[in-house]
Parts: sequence; C-alpha cells; structure tokens
Amino acid sequence: MTNILWPIITMGALGLLFSIGLVLAYKKLRVEEDPRVVKISEVLPQANCGACGYSGCRAFAEAVVKGEASPNGCPVGGGEASEQIADILGVKVEDTAKKVARVLCRGSLEAAKDRGFYTGISTCAAAHLIGGNKQCSFGCLGFGDCARACPFDAIEMGKDGLPVISEEKCTACGICVEECPRDIIELYPVSQDILVFCRSRDKAALSRKFCKNACIACGICVRACPEGIILEDNLAKIADYSKIKEEHIPAIEKCPTKAIGRISQE
Amino acid sequence: MELLAIFISAILINNFVLHYFLGICPFLGVSKKIDSAVSMGLAVTFVMTITAVVSWIINHWILIPKKLEYLQIVSFILVIASLVQLVEMFIRKASPPLYQALGIYLPLITTNCAIMGLALLAVLKEYKFLETVIFGFGSGIGFTLAIVLMAGIREQLELADVPEPLKGAGISLIVAGIMALAFTGFSGMIK
Repeated sequence: MTNILWPIITMGALGLLFSIGLVLAYKKLRVEEDPRVVKISEVLPQANCGACGYSGCRAFAEAVVKGEASPNGCPVGGGEASEQIADILGVKVEDTAKKVARVLCRGSLEAAKDRGFYTGISTCAAAHLIGGNKQCSFGCLGFGDCARACPFDAIEMGKDGLPVISEEKCTACGICVEECPRDIIELYPVSQDILVFCRSRDKAALSRKFCKNACIACGICVRACPEGIILEDNLAKIADYSKIKEEHIPAIEKCPTKAIGRISQE
Repeated sequence: MELLAIFISAILINNFVLHYFLGICPFLGVSKKIDSAVSMGLAVTFVMTITAVVSWIINHWILIPKKLEYLQIVSFILVIASLVQLVEMFIRKASPPLYQALGIYLPLITTNCAIMGLALLAVLKEYKFLETVIFGFGSGIGFTLAIVLMAGIREQLELADVPEPLKGAGISLIVAGIMALAFTGFSGMIK
C-alpha cells in the first residue's frame, strides 16, 4: 500500500507547490487586458491561420481593438464574425465598397518592347534596381513579386507576362501594392470598371515607341468626359470617377492604345 | 576544468539541436529573424538552466531517496510546464513586443523536447549539482547559437533564388542538415 501512497503524495505535493508558485507569480505579473480583446478572441474561429495578415486570432483581435484592422478583416469568420465583433466594439459594419487590387499596366510581353536580355536575379525588386528589362521605365516588370507576396494566392502571372488578380480571392490587403517596385498595383473599389492602365510619364513619342498599350496623352478620353478625366504629366488620370457616366464610355473606349477602358473580364 | 569541458561540449559538440536533433520545432519556427531568434534562445536558455536546477533537486532530494525514479518524466514535465508558464507571464509583463514576436512558440517551449531531453540526459550522465547547472546553461547557449546562426542564414536566403520546390521548409531543412554536418567537425575535440 505504501508503495502506491508515496508517489501520490510526492506528485501531489509537487503539483501543489508549483501551482501555488504560479498563482503567486500570476498575482505579481498579471497584465491588465482590454476585455474587448478577450471577447473578440472568443468569437474568432481560433484557427490561427494568419489569413487576416496577423500572426494569429489574438493578434488580429488586438489590432481590431486598436483600430488598425477592420472588424470584417477575418476571412474565415466571415460576415458572422464581423457582425459579432462590430457588436462588441459598438460600431456598425459599414458596407464599405469592397476593394480589389488592380494592375495598372498593359505592357504585356507582346506589347512592351524589351530593352535587352535580362539574366539577373528574377525578381522585380532586383530588375528594378538596374532600370528593368523593358524599355518603358514605368511598366510592369513581370517577375511576379506581387504573385509571390500575395498571402491569398489571388495573383497569378498570366501568359502575357502581366499579373492577373482574382477579384474573388483578393482581400485588398495591400501587400502587393507595397511589394510592386513600380507602383503599378493600386486598390480600387470593385465597382469602378474604368481605369487608366498605364503609368508611363514619358513623352508620347517615347511611350508610343516603348509600348503598344501606353497612354500617349492624346486627349480623346478627356474630350469624352472632361469633368471626370484630366491629363497630367503626359498621362490620363481619372480625377472623379463619379462624373464618368455610361454614355461617356463608348467615347472613352475609342482610346487608340487601349490604355484607358473597362477592365477586361476574362 | 571538468566543468569547462561540460560547458563547451554542451554548446558545440553535443549541441542539442545539431547533435541530438532535439528542439527542432522552435529552431525552424522562430528562425526567420535574428532578433526574435535571440530572444527565443534566451528564453530557452533560462528555462533550460532553471529546469536543470529544479529537476536535479527533485530527482536527488525526493525521487531517489523515495525510490521513485520512475516518476522522473512526469515530475520533470511538471517542472518544465510551470517554468514556461512563469516565463510567459514574465515576458508578457516585461516586453509585450517580444511576447508578440515569440507568439505560439513561447508556450510551445513546454513541449520542446530539448528541455525534457536535457533533464533526462543530466540524470543519465549522473552529473553532480554544479555540473548539471553548467550543462543546462551550456545547452541553452548552444541552442541560442544554433537558432541565431540559422536565422542569420535564413535572412540571407530571403534574397536568394531558391528553386521553386525547395522554397520555405525544404531549403530550411537542407540548411539545418548542412549545419549539423558542419558541427560534427567539433566532435572529438573533447574526449
């Protein structure tokens, strides 16, 4: 009997000792927590998948409370979780227009001329350092830094050398926007379907030589809708999308280089 | 002299990660940035040293006199789990950014086999009290060394053009293997 008693006593005593130690330590080292963080953590899926862009559900909850992340930032929890989070925070989930990342360049392999044969490290960041492999110094480099950076696999490099962004998968996290050394990816509301697909500020004579789809600042689109579109630095710019009406669109689409127009729905 | 030999051996020759292949989880998990690798190493060093001390005391003062050696594993787990809780509380209070950086790997020190291995190896090698302390501390430093080296290499790897199938875990494991191979160069340094 004693040989079963001793282990029980020793282990029990040790356990008790350590737990008392921990309780004392907890009293000393307790961190005051925002109760909202705890509550938000509870409604999150606790998958710690990192799809929100934070290191885990807890980190996301903290970011939401701090106001850094939006309550609907958890793609796994979806609408249900975001409503509950909004309840906890006492705000309403605004039906903010969903945004997506758009690639503002149509300088495909075929359209944009190469400057030479690039054999360096095959990332956009590296190619950008030496001015890129294309003649146009504003366009897409085509090495897919954005596709690699995308945590949601929303970006694929198309056969034409340009990234293709899936509207469904894109969460507008903005990582690709930051990753692109040429700043040709930007976030736009999904509903905005007229965009200027060129960033070249070269003079028309040059950009026409460099790329078939470059904006040559001819002004056709500006004449079609002067309130909405302006020319700036040899480049058409959508100054006010709300002024572009359905009736303007056919005239805008007359763009000789297809540098402005509807997003192609492939 | 004996103590120095144990210390050096724990760091270089019988390195926990690169010789015994223990503690691989944090070794791969927290070795992306040197900063967090250093903090992880220090946290593990702390837990290892204290574990070595406490487990020696429990083993020699309680378990051996009562002939309860078969409870070693259970009681060591108890020690490790409590210590990690303590470290976690302390880090959370002292440095929230570090707490963030270590993330899930901090509570996972509990299940870090390097620490359990240390407690059991110290028993197996029949170390005396001071030797156990040095062994624990040295092993912690050895772990820190390995994880920091790994983090340094992986920071460079970020810039390298790694073949597609080997990206991420693949290249990390290859690097770890080569490091372990390199560390066998130290074997035989101390008899």
